Amino acid sequence: MEALLVLAVLAVAVLMISAPFRAGGPAHSGGTESVDRAELEAERDAKYREIRDAELDYRTGKLSDEHWHSLDSGLRAEAVEILRRLDALDDGRAS
Amino acid sequence: MLIAGRALLIIALLIAVYGVAASLYGARSRDDLRGRAWVASGRRAVYALFGIVAVCFTLLEAAFLRSDFSSELVAAHSSTTTPLFYQATAIWSSQEGSLLLWVLLLSGWSSLILLLTRRRLREIAPYATAVLLAIAAFFLCLLIFLETPFARSSPVPVEGVGLNPLLRHPSMMIHPPMLYSGYTLFTIPFAFAIGALITRRLNTDWIQTTRPFALGAWLALGIGVVLGARWSYLELGWGGYWAWDGVENAALMPWLIGTAYLHSAMIQERRGMLKVWNVSLVLAGGILAILGTFLVRSGILSSIHAFGASTLGIPFLVLIVVMIVGSIALVASRARELRSEHRLDSLLSREAIFLLNNLILVALAFVIFWGTFFPLISEALTGSEASVGPPWFGRYVAPLALVLVGLAGLGPVIAWRQATASNLRRTLVVPVGAAITMLAALLIAGGVADKPAALAMFCLATFVVAVVAQEFWRGVQARRAMSREAVPTALFSLVRRNRRRYGGYTVHVGIAVLLVGVAASSSFQDVREARLSPGERTSVGGYEIEYVRPTASIDVASNGQLEKIDFGADLRVRRGAGEATGLATERSYFPSSDPRLGPVSRYFEGEATSEVGLQPGLRRDLWTAISPDIAGLRPAIERGDRVFQQADSLPEATRAAALGEGLRGLVRNYRANPPPATFRVLSSPLVTWIWIGSLIVFGGGLLALWPLPAAARSRATAPAPSGLARAPR
Repeated sequence: MEALLVLAVLAVAVLMISAPFRAGGPAHSGGTESVDRAELEAERDAKYREIRDAELDYRTGKLSDEHWHSLDSGLRAEAVEILRRLDALDDGRAS
Repeated sequence: MLIAGRALLIIALLIAVYGVAASLYGARSRDDLRGRAWVASGRRAVYALFGIVAVCFTLLEAAFLRSDFSSELVAAHSSTTTPLFYQATAIWSSQEGSLLLWVLLLSGWSSLILLLTRRRLREIAPYATAVLLAIAAFFLCLLIFLETPFARSSPVPVEGVGLNPLLRHPSMMIHPPMLYSGYTLFTIPFAFAIGALITRRLNTDWIQTTRPFALGAWLALGIGVVLGARWSYLELGWGGYWAWDGVENAALMPWLIGTAYLHSAMIQERRGMLKVWNVSLVLAGGILAILGTFLVRSGILSSIHAFGASTLGIPFLVLIVVMIVGSIALVASRARELRSEHRLDSLLSREAIFLLNNLILVALAFVIFWGTFFPLISEALTGSEASVGPPWFGRYVAPLALVLVGLAGLGPVIAWRQATASNLRRTLVVPVGAAITMLAALLIAGGVADKPAALAMFCLATFVVAVVAQEFWRGVQARRAMSREAVPTALFSLVRRNRRRYGGYTVHVGIAVLLVGVAASSSFQDVREARLSPGERTSVGGYEIEYVRPTASIDVASNGQLEKIDFGADLRVRRGAGEATGLATERSYFPSSDPRLGPVSRYFEGEATSEVGLQPGLRRDLWTAISPDIAGLRPAIERGDRVFQQADSLPEATRAAALGEGLRGLVRNYRANPPPATFRVLSSPLVTWIWIGSLIVFGGGLLALWPLPAAARSRATAPAPSGLARAPR
């Protein structure tokens, strides 16, 4: 019984990890995003959060009108720059 | 079962070693399909490892539940008289079982992060996989070669030793898995930081991906620390919840570093600043997590000589040295990539407050590190141990904690990047007014002026609570102005869409409340030790306590075996002219399995635990514990030993029945002629708020951990020209 358990566990484990040794094994699961794109998307998400936070700071009285408008336009310009870089990546891939 | 367990551990080690090699090999050629297959194989090795260790754990758990004393571990840590809940959880009361739990949790969390990142962090993940598997392999080596949980008893005993009675408390059974979850979760960001350093991919992606694990580690470790404090308060019979014990400190240090990181990581996410600092905090957190396990498991805390005698000390030390040297070398070699992308805009900004809060938190961690290791350093250098006690810690920790609470209030009212003095003044009016009102009220009420640290803590905590209440109120008003929602709906929407922010604010309130409880109970506690006979009274903190009558009983387990003997007292408590209430406390004596002890005295020479009498309240707790004087029973116990040592010829059942009758006689004798007992009585104000504050902290932590709804995450209001980028996935 104990031997059977060990053999069964061993067989499952070997089956799980042996893809590189098997011809025609699942070499790669599709849909992997490019590293650069993932980094830019992380930057974009952080920038979106920063824009939302700045707006909330303004609406809760932590920023003056003038200060917020200047901060917000700066953040949006930074966001647009990230979006441009993302577009450039996509254009590069398409060409 | 034991052979299968050992074989499975060896297979797990081989899988882990294979996974390290496959991941590293795949990482070097990850751009071709073959390389990706090796990376995927390394990742699946982690899943397989988790499965195998789960089977090992299940086998061992089954042995505990079956009371299979052919397992040395079960015989040493459980018994047939141990209640079922404690049989199930006794596995991690042992060195071997807790190490197995460590690997189980590590492989479980590793599987989760690798599953979540299987299509992301493509360059970093293989190195992180290798690091995680290498750490798992280290622990598996300990389990196979030094501390195997699958050793066989020889000879097989009829009965086990049982779980250490001090650990028979629900919070103590949940405490280790929470601490180990915290430690193992900290290794996830550690491993990804190593991967990010190796691949020079040091932007925000790895920080965002591992953030839930860092926050989860912080949360689990925090819960573990509080459960340990609660256990100490209820079970250890000294009336305190924190003794600056090395084991407590070992968990607090990574928690403090984790707190610092959770704040400073936000600055890197937003501004690309503090990269060196953040990666150093993550690496320090991972190293402190291993150090925490090392402190508990190596025996070094009791004495440097115990460390030498321990089988685990040297391997852990080697691992920690490798981690420290490797981390420093990696950070130093990546200095160029770790340069900040921006500079601090203003000292009057949330970034600056976070930076200051980080310095305070790291200073706190350093103070605790020094206080924990000073006795060992002293013993190593001078040969004699010079320990530092709670007053030493209090001298340094209290002022740092005060500054920290002040910053916890200041942070939420300061804008990111640059705040203006006029806006700051406007947002501070109400909170500062509340703090000043509290100061005036306390000074008028009196009795606090001679405790300036406690007074400052009460005022600063009021400031924090007022700041956060104001933030919620202003947020709701802003939301209502935009959406015309009712207040409850606006509050719900506000929090739901800004969970990190409002979860964090809630944590600040919880910390302030918790520290108010700590300040009040440590500054204004009344303690009395009184030796009383039935009918006598003592008083403490306005309470009058009368020792009404002794109690004594024998607890028998479901299998008929004697589990423990309890000697206690029924007390009557009255506060002022209020109605009298009852309170009971007892001391439980668990039998020792030491064969050198006499048949009767073994029931009084084993472990003893306190069941404290507690009247908790929002204003103050009345806490008491009894130390019965059983010296008067000694002559009868010794006489019983002599009688039963000469009764070997009696049949076992007859002898057991006679022994039971003898013990019942002792118990009756204690009840009939009770000797004076010593009572430790404490009146501690606001202790309950420590537990309430902790619950608020964990509620806030869960709120911050909960993922944002997809709409809120991807909503971008930036007026991007049409055609710019696709909608985020």
